[in-house]
Amino acid sequence: MDFTLKIWRQEDANAQGSMKEYKVTDISAETSFLEMLDVLNQNLIEKGEDVISFDNDCREGVCGTCSLYINGEAHGPKKLVTTCQLYMRSFKDGQTIYVEPFRANSFPVVKDLVVDRSAFERIQQAGGYVSFNAGGAPDANAIPIAKEDAADAFDAAECIGCGACVATCKNSSAMLFVSAKVSQFAYLPQGRVEATERVLNMVNQMDNEGFGNCTNTGACEVECPKGISLENIARLNREFLKANVVPK
Amino acid sequence: MNKFLTSSIGRKIVMSLTGFFLIIFLIVHLSINLSLFWGPNAFNEASEFMATNGVIQVMQYILAAGFILHIIQGISLELKNRSARSIKYVVNKPSENSTFASRNMIYTGILVLLFLILHLWDFFVQLKFVGIGNLTDYELVTNRFSSPLFTAIYVIAFVLLGIHLSHGFQSAFQSTGANYNKYKKCLKYTGIAFSILIAVGFSAIALYFSFIN
Ligand code: HEM
Ligand code: SF4
Repeated sequence: MDFTLKIWRQEDANAQGSMKEYKVTDISAETSFLEMLDVLNQNLIEKGEDVISFDNDCREGVCGTCSLYINGEAHGPKKLVTTCQLYMRSFKDGQTIYVEPFRANSFPVVKDLVVDRSAFERIQQAGGYVSFNAGGAPDANAIPIAKEDAADAFDAAECIGCGACVATCKNSSAMLFVSAKVSQFAYLPQGRVEATERVLNMVNQMDNEGFGNCTNTGACEVECPKGISLENIARLNREFLKANVVPK
Repeated sequence: MNKFLTSSIGRKIVMSLTGFFLIIFLIVHLSINLSLFWGPNAFNEASEFMATNGVIQVMQYILAAGFILHIIQGISLELKNRSARSIKYVVNKPSENSTFASRNMIYTGILVLLFLILHLWDFFVQLKFVGIGNLTDYELVTNRFSSPLFTAIYVIAFVLLGIHLSHGFQSAFQSTGANYNKYKKCLKYTGIAFSILIAVGFSAIALYFSFIN
């Protein structure tokens, strides 16, 4: 398959970027999107040009490192997959593909398609954990947890922190991410202990990082590669309301 | 509490509570208006009640405050949200993941606001301050809707309000955290039915009085 690529190139954080056109030819349908970019970069190296920087790590859809806004959608046109799990068979032969970095002022561009998502790390540090003394291994069933709660907590914990929700949201809101990180603990007795501080601190950090406000368009849920549900945002709102109005 | 009201979620909760309040106002308003169909006496009586009843008089001020809070908060949130992304995408496909109504709340809201100003001028200001001579309230309404342009503006405004509510209704439940998965579908369809009721209900009155003239 042959493709025309229009890719965002930007020297560094302070440089003015622009879209540049590239061609790739003889790409097999089974090539992943990132492998296709590898082929393009190999061509650029052979020509002595600067390679295109993009984030990637595990390439099996679990690490949350890859990003990219492909043809107007975070992680490309296919639902429930990350860019590394997107294959060129999802495109038409000869198609023009636009590749842009995730856009949000809270995710500044580092170079080309690489953005700095450390704002998410700082939100996590503000409360996305449980504190306990590890000690010896506790009995696995010492604290009974309902099957449904365990399942819901696990669904929320599937969030890989990729930032597609922010990139997609017209308001650059980080609510889906934060709601997943709050929910994964909100369901579990171990998480309830610090629930109040957690939600207050994480929301506070989210606001300080300059993300926009959620207007419930639901775009994040559709584009999230892990299918994190909007119900988590409703829960985050509830937890936040409770933390503010119920006296401790 | 201070922090709550300036936080992103706190501000959304203000948006949603004022939204709920305005929804209740719309239900009351539509109920009163429907009395127009019961003829001049019924409507003049209902209108007289609204103009003199003590509770309604107090509610007027609360209503105005609710509107102002909703409008100021809505505009300020929109400005903040826009400033969160300075460089726009070259290619973006929002219609792949969200509804028209949800993306255009600010536009439907501002158009409803413009209509609101016109509407207050047409009836509220005339009744309260200018005076309508020896016309009854019923005659004032029926006279106004004799103009097709006037009727058209009103109907368009009601449709815009319906679009605003088709997202706003369910959104308000989500903002307050009341949108459990269990109720999600129900709230969505109730919201759409309610939006249609509001748009069709108010429009029907305008059109009816436009045509009987
Ligand atoms: C009778 C009139 C109105 C009703 C019943 C109404 C109702 C609602 C409701 C229920 C919401 C959803 C709140 C939420 O998401 O939590 C909403 C959102 C909104 N309204 Fe209104 N509204 C009215 C008039 C207006 C006006 C005049 C404006 C003018 C600017 C406006 C601007 C907005 C905006 C910008 C939002 C979205 C805010 C956000 O999601 O952050 N509305 N409205
Ligand atoms: S909620 Fe979904 S889109 Fe957002 S960071 Fe987590 S996995 Fe990525």
